[in-house]
Amino acid sequence: MYTQALNSSDGDERGVEDVARASQFQARIDADERIEPNDWMPAAYRKTLTRQISQHAHSEIVGMLPEGNWITRAPSLRRKAALLAKVQDECGHGLYLYAAAETLGTSREELVDGMLSGKAKYSSIFNYPTLTWADIGTVGWLVDGAAIMNQIPLCRCSYGPYARAMIRVCKEESFHQRQGFEIMVTLCRGTAEQKAMAQNALDRWWWPVLMMFGPPDQISQHSDTSTKWKIKRFSNDELRQKFIDATVPQAEFLGLTIPDPGMKQNENGNWVHSPIDWNEFKQVLAGNGPCNRDRLAARRKAHEEGAWVREAAAAYAEKRKRRQLAQAAE
Amino acid sequence: MATANIEVSETPLVLYALRRADDALILGHRLSEWCGHAPAMEEDMALANMGLDLLGQARELYSYAAKVEGRGNDEDKFAYLRDVRQYRNLLLVEQPNGDFARTMVRQFFYAAFADLYWRAMMASSDPTLAAIAAKSEKESAYHVRHSSEWIVRLGDGTEESHRRAQNAIDDIWAYTGEMFSVDDAERGLIDAGIAIDPATLQPRWLKTVTGIVNEATLSLPANDWMQQGGRVGSHSEHLGHLLSELQSLQRTFPGATW
Repeated sequence: MYTQALNSSDGDERGVEDVARASQFQARIDADERIEPNDWMPAAYRKTLTRQISQHAHSEIVGMLPEGNWITRAPSLRRKAALLAKVQDECGHGLYLYAAAETLGTSREELVDGMLSGKAKYSSIFNYPTLTWADIGTVGWLVDGAAIMNQIPLCRCSYGPYARAMIRVCKEESFHQRQGFEIMVTLCRGTAEQKAMAQNALDRWWWPVLMMFGPPDQISQHSDTSTKWKIKRFSNDELRQKFIDATVPQAEFLGLTIPDPGMKQNENGNWVHSPIDWNEFKQVLAGNGPCNRDRLAARRKAHEEGAWVREAAAAYAEKRKRRQLAQAAE
Repeated sequence: MATANIEVSETPLVLYALRRADDALILGHRLSEWCGHAPAMEEDMALANMGLDLLGQARELYSYAAKVEGRGNDEDKFAYLRDVRQYRNLLLVEQPNGDFARTMVRQFFYAAFADLYWRAMMASSDPTLAAIAAKSEKESAYHVRHSSEWIVRLGDGTEESHRRAQNAIDDIWAYTGEMFSVDDAERGLIDAGIAIDPATLQPRWLKTVTGIVNEATLSLPANDWMQQGGRVGSHSEHLGHLLSELQSLQRTFPGATW
């Protein structure tokens, strides 16, 4: 793994937090410079980014499961191809993000092991089930829509490899979001049963999607340092508000009702939502969501059942290398 | 089932296109079942890629069948509103994924055939089929490369992977003969230069397959009994389950647009 070489000078500096270097680093951030893998960085910056990027990667990989659940049942060949391509894109995002995380010095294997053991987190939204085809539309429309709100500012994140990854990811996500919305348009213009299916999916996904932006600003743990380091440029509540304001007219266009009868528009034109049930969020985060166990079990099963394949590939590569060496020696 | 099956007038050319479309759809569907569950992320990407190629081929062939038939059927009606007995795919492609070795052996046997087949079909006197063949040939060439590399890795990898790959070959071998058989309906198209005779490809297919299987330190079974029936709708029990999943929404909500 090439990142070890890149970061080889890092070990003895970790924890020392050389004051002059730290202030130089902050000055670079303040000047909107990009930090690259070879550059000196505070250990806490490295740790924060490794956690954030790998969580993002895990989310892409676990996120393949709820949507993958409908690939074999997609209702037309066009939808089937689009959904398969979408879930494949997500896998690509995961790979891309693990590679970005690896530039900080932790291997993909270690990161993935953290997820499989349940130690590392992924986005809680993927612990909800996709019960009907309308969920596929809703996930594209709202979950990808919320992800875009979160990720567009990350295209300007101070860490170069993450920022560049986000530019590409956002392009694909916005395509997915439009695809999801188009599924919703089709359902809402369809039969009464289809429209009811769409409303029901919105009812089930709305609140969990609002929770995707994280806890309210007063109690968010990581925001302060992340803001100082320009990893995070908007607060959870700011992004949530942007998302709601963008989504309300879309729901109106679809003729769907947002399941928050208390939601009102304030004098600035912002839609103010009713209180979010943060206890539900905590429960899902703690492993008690409807699908936490299923998701981890599915990932572990794929990993365990694939072990003999990965071992075979490694054994073959080793044999080949030995044969080539033997040939060269002749 | 809430929705009646469609009726298809299977003239030789419609039947021809449906047979190839069904091959591509069913194998593409099988590959799509892996999505999110593959042994490595790179392989998740590759399996989805091959699945998407095959789905694309299926859609073009169904659309062509619909145009030739001219009775208002379309790609989705062909895919979603025909029952097991109306499906015309090879028995090979409907075989369950099993473990990764089985999926790759199935893929290799089919792709090694499809690659030769579509390359030869580029000379078809039917311009639509020749164009579909040109696209499919490029895709199949990649499928051959990807799957054959895996056959070699698995066969010449560990004891376990060798055993699994050999089992897969032994189990699937009997479904390969059907790729080369021709019936009267197809004979007419071959004589007219619209289709090519797959039997002529068998020696080259066997050469490719034998080469890779030998390199992988595996062997082909001595038993040369070949199962037939997929082309006339006599399928294995597996296809019905695949279709009940594939068709569930279209059958549950008759006439809805998705």
